Amino acid sequence: MNAKPRSLRRRLTLTLIGGAAVLAILFYMVIRLYAQQIAQQSQDRILEASVTSLLDAAVVRDGQIELDVPYAAFAMLDTPADDRVFYAIYQDQTLLSGYAGLEGATAQTRRTPAFSTRDFAGAQVRVATVTQTLPANPRPVSLTISVAQTRDSLAGTLLTISINAAVFGGAFFLLAAGMALWTSASTLRPLRQIAESVARRGPSDLRPVTRTVPTELSPLVSSLNALMTRLNLSLTQSETFIAEAAHRVRTPLATVRSHAEVTLMRVDKDENRQALRAMIRAIDESSRAAGQLLDHAMVTFRRDQLERQDIDLVAICSDIVDRLTPVADMMDLDLMLVDQGPVPVKADPILIQNAVRNLVDNALKYSPPDKVVRIIVACDPDPTITVTDQGIGFPDDQIDMLSNRFQRGNNVKDTVGSGLGLTIAQDVAEAHGGHLELKNLKGGGACAVLHLSH
Amino acid sequence: MRGLAFVALILWAGLARAADFEERQVFDAPEATQTLRVLSSTDTDSFAPVLTGFIAQNPSVSIDYAVAGSADIVDIIAQCGDCFDVVISSAMDLQLKLANDGLARRLPDVDPSAGSQWRQSLFGFTHEPATIVLNRAAFAGRPMPKTRQELIEALRADPEFFRGKVGTYDVRLSGLGYLFATQDARTSETYWRLMEVFGSLGALLYCCSGAMIDDLAQGDLFVAYNVLGSYAATRPETREKVTIITPTDFATTMMRTVLVLDTTSQAEAATNLVRYLTSGIWAETDRPGYPLPAIGVTEVPPPAGVVTLEPGLLVYLDALKRSLFLGAWSSALEQ
Repeated sequence: MNAKPRSLRRRLTLTLIGGAAVLAILFYMVIRLYAQQIAQQSQDRILEASVTSLLDAAVVRDGQIELDVPYAAFAMLDTPADDRVFYAIYQDQTLLSGYAGLEGATAQTRRTPAFSTRDFAGAQVRVATVTQTLPANPRPVSLTISVAQTRDSLAGTLLTISINAAVFGGAFFLLAAGMALWTSASTLRPLRQIAESVARRGPSDLRPVTRTVPTELSPLVSSLNALMTRLNLSLTQSETFIAEAAHRVRTPLATVRSHAEVTLMRVDKDENRQALRAMIRAIDESSRAAGQLLDHAMVTFRRDQLERQDIDLVAICSDIVDRLTPVADMMDLDLMLVDQGPVPVKADPILIQNAVRNLVDNALKYSPPDKVVRIIVACDPDPTITVTDQGIGFPDDQIDMLSNRFQRGNNVKDTVGSGLGLTIAQDVAEAHGGHLELKNLKGGGACAVLHLSH
Repeated sequence: MRGLAFVALILWAGLARAADFEERQVFDAPEATQTLRVLSSTDTDSFAPVLTGFIAQNPSVSIDYAVAGSADIVDIIAQCGDCFDVVISSAMDLQLKLANDGLARRLPDVDPSAGSQWRQSLFGFTHEPATIVLNRAAFAGRPMPKTRQELIEALRADPEFFRGKVGTYDVRLSGLGYLFATQDARTSETYWRLMEVFGSLGALLYCCSGAMIDDLAQGDLFVAYNVLGSYAATRPETREKVTIITPTDFATTMMRTVLVLDTTSQAEAATNLVRYLTSGIWAETDRPGYPLPAIGVTEVPPPAGVVTLEPGLLVYLDALKRSLFLGAWSSALEQ
């Protein structure tokens, strides 16, 4: 999936705020609509009262309508905005008095007025119109009365209500927006806490997450836990497999090597001897690689269940020197241990031994004949074991990558090697809270420093 | 030109027009750049101090001041909408109708004094009660009536003495008289009883307050009803001869109102004039006994009987209502 990642929190917040905005606008519009209806209704009621009082004042005398306009008929139309008032009184189709041209909506022959909104005398007016037939001789007459009023006061009332509704709607929106921010933050807090607690773990910590989580997150967490269990199992299995495989390969190789040596002694032809020597060399290489794989698997395994003991680094190193001196002699090399008394540390002796042996192995391997390989044990301020040779040194441009798995220097030519030695040493150093430092000596030669912590 | 020159300009007498100006006079400003055309129902003599006061404050505005009856003003405006900028009248109902019909401009810059403006376009600037004015000599030895009821009793007690000696506005001719009469009738039935007594005494009918006060001073009239008392009080030649009574039962009080026509091209100067009138400054700086009592200067708080500016004023302008009212009024007075 190449889609841009979307923030759940932002989406939640935007949805909530958007919902609040829609609600606030809806609130404003409903209030406004309602206010408009109420205001219009109250204006209509007053116009109706006015037009009805005019209707009640009408009498027919000699076939002619007389209308004694009550003072209240117009006085009741007084508004705070001093709205203008218009009216028209018709007998049949003849204007008796008032403003010509103010016919309202289709006048109905009943007392309930018909209302309409229209423009008159340069302003928008609300018109109420009634028509009534009055009995008279020789024939009944029709009386039509329209009363109109401008809508300034109504507009003012509406404006006030609109402003209030807008203020309330805005306040509601701000409150809801604040709550949306708070809600989305608090809803997603457990998710963030889990992410943080998983992120804080070390690279090999595959324990299940045990903290209490909201029910919505428990499927995710249990899936995560199941995944980590499977991963852990699979890692263990592969390490076990490698160790087992290396072990199985090494034993028959030893048998093959001894057979090859015996055969070497029996054959006389030069080309056959050469072939057999090449064979033995290849077997050594394979055996060594298998051994290192075994070491590496062991280091990886023991790293997770570190068994720290009180040990002396000098004792361990001198034991290694004792064991490897015959090998060094065979290569015409001098193996020296340099120390200033015991260096006690709390560490896993097997791992330390493994690491130092690999470093010394490397030094012996790459050192030209008649030179010295030194093992220097120091304790200033942290315990360190330094292995130096007088060979070609590390290639400068690769020095940072050499401790990666199966990474070998580009200047090793045909020297036998698997590329695991430095990796093992580094894993051991890190398991003990230290690190492996690689550098070249000024006078030529490589220098590997195993830093340990107390 | 320095100061103010009073120039009698136009006499329209004899012209066959529905609305003739009674007077027309231009008040020149010292640095005149424009002329504000004012149509008013107030006679020039009474209003001149107000206009000179305005020009003193606004030296760039001259005023062309035309006087017409309050009922004629409506006709003049109807015939020539853009002949004038400002209309001043004592007939509040006619003024309200002009504003209601959309002829008046809204003036948002004028400070609205509560209760004395309508739609921010019609502004009242005086409080002038309708009074009963009596000839002091005729009432020597008689009790002075303080209410309409007491006046009715005084007239009935000696009808022969008062016959032909009572007078009031002819409401068919005078807009102000019609306003006073309709407001009286709305307030109390006593008005109709008084009019019937007036009718039985052969009341004289007048177009204007001035003529009634002249007749009172000369002794041709003993009682004048619904006269603007302030007119009588300020005339030195009449002040000694008449008694002005503000009825204690109720005193219908009129506001002189001003509006700016929507067609005006001089809205700013017109607005300044309205602001000047409503401010009441002109009354404070004026000499004592000035005929026009400004709002809030002579009475605080305003009198109870002030006619308010509201749509109800349109009622008596209705053609049906007016014919009914005039019919009743005529039958009461013309017996």
